[in-house]
Formats: sequence, C-alpha cells, structure tokens
Amino acid sequence: MWRYIGRKLFVYLLTFVIAVTINWMIPRFMPGDPVRSMLSRASVGNPEALQRMNEYYTGVFGLDTPLHEQYLSFWANLFRGDLGVSVMLYPQPVLDIILRAVPFTLGLLLPSIILSWIVGNRIGAFAARKKLLDNTILPVGYILTAMPYMWLALLLAWSLGIVAGVLPTAGGYSPSLRVEFSWLFISSLLTHWVLPFLSMFVVALGGWAIGMRNMIIYELEADYSNYLQALGAPTRLIRRYAFRNAMLPQITGLAVQLGTVLSGALLTEIVFNYPGLGTLILQALNNRDFFVLQGTFLFVVVGVLIANFIIDIVYVLVDPRTRVQMTGGAA
Amino acid sequence: MTLRVNDLKVYYQTLRGDVHALDGVTFDLADGEIMGLAGESGCGKTTLGKSLIRLDSRMRHIGGTIELDGKDVPIADEKAMVPLRYHEISLIPQYAMSALNPTRKIGRMINDLLRARGVRPADIADELKRRLELVGLDTDVLDRFPIELSGGMKQRVVMVMSTLLNPSLLIADEVTSALDVSTQRAVAESLVEFRDREYIKSMVFVTHDISLVYQMADTIMVMYAGHIVEKASASTIVNAPRHPYTQMLISALPEVGSTTEQGRLEGIPGTPPGLLNPPTGCRFKDRCPLAFAKCAERPPLVEIEPGHWAACWKTG
Ligand SMILES: Nc1ncnc2c1ncn2[C@@H]1O[C@H](COP(=O)(O)OP(=O)(O)OP(=O)(O)O)[C@@H](O)[C@H]1O
Ligand code: SF4
Ligand SMILES: [Mg+2]
Repeated sequence: MWRYIGRKLFVYLLTFVIAVTINWMIPRFMPGDPVRSMLSRASVGNPEALQRMNEYYTGVFGLDTPLHEQYLSFWANLFRGDLGVSVMLYPQPVLDIILRAVPFTLGLLLPSIILSWIVGNRIGAFAARKKLLDNTILPVGYILTAMPYMWLALLLAWSLGIVAGVLPTAGGYSPSLRVEFSWLFISSLLTHWVLPFLSMFVVALGGWAIGMRNMIIYELEADYSNYLQALGAPTRLIRRYAFRNAMLPQITGLAVQLGTVLSGALLTEIVFNYPGLGTLILQALNNRDFFVLQGTFLFVVVGVLIANFIIDIVYVLVDPRTRVQMTGGAA
Repeated sequence: MTLRVNDLKVYYQTLRGDVHALDGVTFDLADGEIMGLAGESGCGKTTLGKSLIRLDSRMRHIGGTIELDGKDVPIADEKAMVPLRYHEISLIPQYAMSALNPTRKIGRMINDLLRARGVRPADIADELKRRLELVGLDTDVLDRFPIELSGGMKQRVVMVMSTLLNPSLLIADEVTSALDVSTQRAVAESLVEFRDREYIKSMVFVTHDISLVYQMADTIMVMYAGHIVEKASASTIVNAPRHPYTQMLISALPEVGSTTEQGRLEGIPGTPPGLLNPPTGCRFKDRCPLAFAKCAERPPLVEIEPGHWAACWKTG
C-alpha cells in the first residue's frame, strides 16, 4: 500500500517538475525579447515607472546569467513563494493576484464536480430501475453531455440573467460593494455564483447519470446478480451490490474527467466574467503578462495533480480488488 | 419421489421467434438420486436446469408441470417461487467462477444472502465451517475476496454456499468443466458426499463428460434438441444404450483416459437441428441411420424395461 502511494507520489512529483520546467522555458525560448514585448503592451504613461519596470524584469529574467543559474534561481524563487510581479497590475506580486482568484475557481469547481457526481449517480441508479424514467432521463442526459460548456453557459445567462433578469450574469460580486464579511456582500457573492455553478453542474450531470445507468444495468446482468436471484435473494440486496460495484468505475471516471471539467470551468468563468483563474488567464494573455500566466498554470497543474492523487487513493480504499492486490493477500 | 417433471415446455422469446429449447420434457428423480444430464452443446441442458429454479426474462413457460416432494413448483410465478429457492431447490450455476460478488468478502456475501433468506448467519456458522473443511477449503476463505481464490476454490465455495440450507434438489450445471482432471474428480466426489450426508436429497448433474458422470451418477438422462431421448441407470446408458443417438454418443467416446471435449462428439456426422423452427417428428431423424417413414411422428418416451426410458420408434 505504502509502496503504491510512494510510487504514485514519485510520478506526480516528476510530472510537477516537468511542468515547472516547461513553464520556465516558454517565455525564455520564445523568439524576441520577453521584457520588451511585455512592457510594450503595458499601458504605463510615466517613463520613470517604465524604466523601473524594465530594470526589474530584466533582473528577474536574469538574461545576463547562464541558463542553468536562471533555472535554479527560478526554482529557488518558487519555493520562497515568489512568482514575480505582475505587469498588468504592477507592482502587485503574482502570488497575491492568484490567491485572490483561487477561491472563486475552487468555489465553482468543487461544488459543481462533487454535487454533479453525487446527484448524477443517484439519478442514473434510479433510471436503471424504472423503465419510464429511463426513457426520459437517457435522452436528456445525452443532450446535456453533448452540450458544450460555453453554449449552455450562454443559454443560461441569456434566459435566467437577461430575459428573466433574476440573476446577475457577470462578475463575482456586485462592483458597488466593498469586500467585507456582511450579509449584503455574501448574498451578492451567492447570486453571482449561481449561474456559472449551474451551467457547470448541469453539463456534468448528464454524463454521470448515463454512466451510472449503464454500469448498473451491466452489473444487474452480471453473473453474481443472476446467481443471487436464482437463490431467491431480494432485489434490494442485488441492487445494493450493483450500486456499489457500479460506483467504482465512476470514481475512475472522475479522475479521467478532471481535465475536461477544469477547462470547462475556465471557459465558464470567462463567459460570466467570473473573477477566477480562467478569467485571469484571459487577462494575462491579453496583456502579455507572462508572470501571471506562469503562476496560474503552475496552480492549475498542481491542483490537477493533487486532485488526481486524492482520487487514486480513494479508489484504492474503496475497491477491495486493488487493495488486495497491493497488500498481497487477506488483510 | 422427489421430483416429477411432466411435459415441460419452456421457450426463449427472441425477435426472430420462439426458440423451442425445452419441448415436452418428462422425467422423475427419486430420493437420493444423482442424475447425470448429458447431450451436445445447445440441446437444452442449462435451460432445463434453469426451468427448475428461475426463468430468466426471455424464458416463457409454455406448458407442463413440476412437482417437488408432492408439492407443485409454480415456475412461472416469480413471487410464489421465492420461498422455494435456496431452501428447497438450489443451483450451482454454469458460471460458478464469477458467481461471487467481486467486491465483497466471501463470508460477508454468504451472510448477506442468509440474512436476506431469513436465516441467522450465527446459527449456521459452525456448519458452514465444517462444510468448507469437508470440501478441502480453509475456513479463512471467508475472510477473502473472490480474486484471492483459484477457480477450483471458488467452485467449491459456491458449492458449499448453494447447499447450505440442505435443499431437496440441487442443480449442478457443468461444475467440473473449467477444472483440471484431478480437481474435477475431487469436486464430483464432494457432491456425492453431500448427497450421502443428506445435505441434498437429489441432484441433477449437467455435464458433457460422460466418463465422469458414469462414475458418480446413479442414472443418466440424454437430451437431444430440446427432447429427452433416453434415461436409464448409468451403467445401462454407457454399456447397453438403446436409443440410436445415445449409441452413437457412447461409441464416439474415446478410450477412458483421454478427455478432449470435441473428440468424443465429432463421431456423429451432421449437426443438431436449429430450435427456432424445429423439425416435426423425431428430432434426430436427419442424422439417424435407422430413420424410416414413421419417424415423421414424434416417438413417445416409453419405459422399455423397468427404469429404462427411451424415445425411439425402433426401441419400443
Ligand atoms: N437467452 C436465449 N435466447 C435465445 N435462445 C437461447 C437463449 N439461451 C439459450 N438459447 C438456445 O436454447 C438452446 C438450449 O440452450 P442451453 O443453454 O440450454 O444449452 P446447453 O445444453 O446448456 O448447452 P451447453 O452444453 O453449451 O451449455 C440453444 O439452442 C440456445 O441457442
Ligand atoms: S425415432 Fe426414428 S429417427 Fe428417431 S432415433 Fe428412432 S429411428 Fe432414429
Ligand atoms: Mg449449458
């Protein structure tokens, strides 16, 4: 078990190192002078400030030191939590900007992933049971999964936000409010959260429901189900077994889907101008803000790696087959 | 008389029509009798076994009756069958290797099933352990998952599990087919032992392996294309069969010792008829060297000598 975790951890660590290295390489090996191209986009009126920025970034890039030293100092800065200073929001540190955006992204992602997984599995299991329900859930599910995130997001924004006018369609909270711990601010946060959350939740829901339905039907036809039926076991017991066994591939499915879900979340944020990492990436791209981009990508990579690792562990804990294989016998 | 099956007809409903897999089957099974059920693949052995305990969703009971210990077995009535299952009639399925829930420890699955059938696991725990030891298993298999067991071990677990409530009738469907020769023998001997200890009263033992069934069974029943062609004591079927099909089946047997599945059935030229639109009359007539005009009518299964039934116009 620990050997397995150790091996996984090593693979994830390696992935992390590679991701960081690529991240470091991109601005440095791109044609042209990164500092110049960055600053040309920054709208800085004051020539003195521009001069200061120029010095700072040339120093950070360390263009006059050998490559391996640049690489090592990049890692050293990373461990100190120093991701550089933003260009578009000069002189704010990149880390601060990202940390401000992360809660918004997580607040969207985690509830929509977890709730859609739980609710979708429930609906799917239910559909596998009732013919009538199945005939309605299945087509709806297929339509939902086939729907691109963007499109559903736009549809929701248009219908609930603009036509019905009940929910705000842009931003993370009302711009007229100060960030504080007050009822007014929290309710503004919530109303802004509903639409992006809903669009991600709904798209993912259909996929989970269909997957679960198919898995359960497969399990109900499995040999052990037939055997139990022949011995007169009640449907309740057989369903319980089927549900549990059908759940396992859904956990793996969660890991596989993570990338898709994440990119969906980033797109959804952009549609709703939601102040999370997705919107940040767009702004950084528009402003050629390499440091913000670099930092954001790092966060995304680390987040995906951590999530995958957690799912790996959960899977081992819930599936006795893998557990047995790893502990090597009756434990 | 334990089991009495009378003119049982069970068809599979398919999009292309009814498959007449069991078309008027009549036989008796005495107390303590182990009956081998033999015949080519597709002749309806599994269908007969299932028809005694649970019809799957595609099977339809067309006619005929089943009686066990003097009581009617309402095979078409799913609800009324439930009390009989496991308690009175039990099954070791053809797929015994995968009959265990892969994510449940074996002991827990057995307890789940017992509880669901109204039996307190604690009342039977000692008996369970005794029987596991009887078939040569360590009692710690109860703490294992199915993947930790070899095929033969799983087979024996299912054997013990299926017979735990001492059913009157056990249907064992090809329980030895997937095992090596020595394990086959051990499993077959355990089943005889179960009968001798009266864990089960009588048994239908489905197999392709006539030499194995000859050694363990009291009687052998031979099926052909959904019909019963002959039933008699094991030694009569092997040494003095009367039905032309049984004769060819036995003469196609290789010398004792070599056991290639195909070898022994290749001897009969031709193939059995399809059961979607089965031919009228004797279903063996296209392959029968003795066929004559009368064979266009179905020959009845008659007792040609005490305890020996055959369905052929030439034997009557
Ligand atoms: N679900 C089904 N739907 C339609 N036809 C079926 C179905 N199951 C079996 N049959 C047909 O019923 C006939 C009898 O099948 P059965 O499984 O009883 O044969 P068997 O004697 O057990 O063969 P084997 O020795 O290969 O196990 C075959 O012709 C088969 O094609
Ligand atoms: S009834 Fe006729 S065809 Fe059938 S086995 Fe006897 S002789 Fe052959
Ligand atoms: Mg069969």
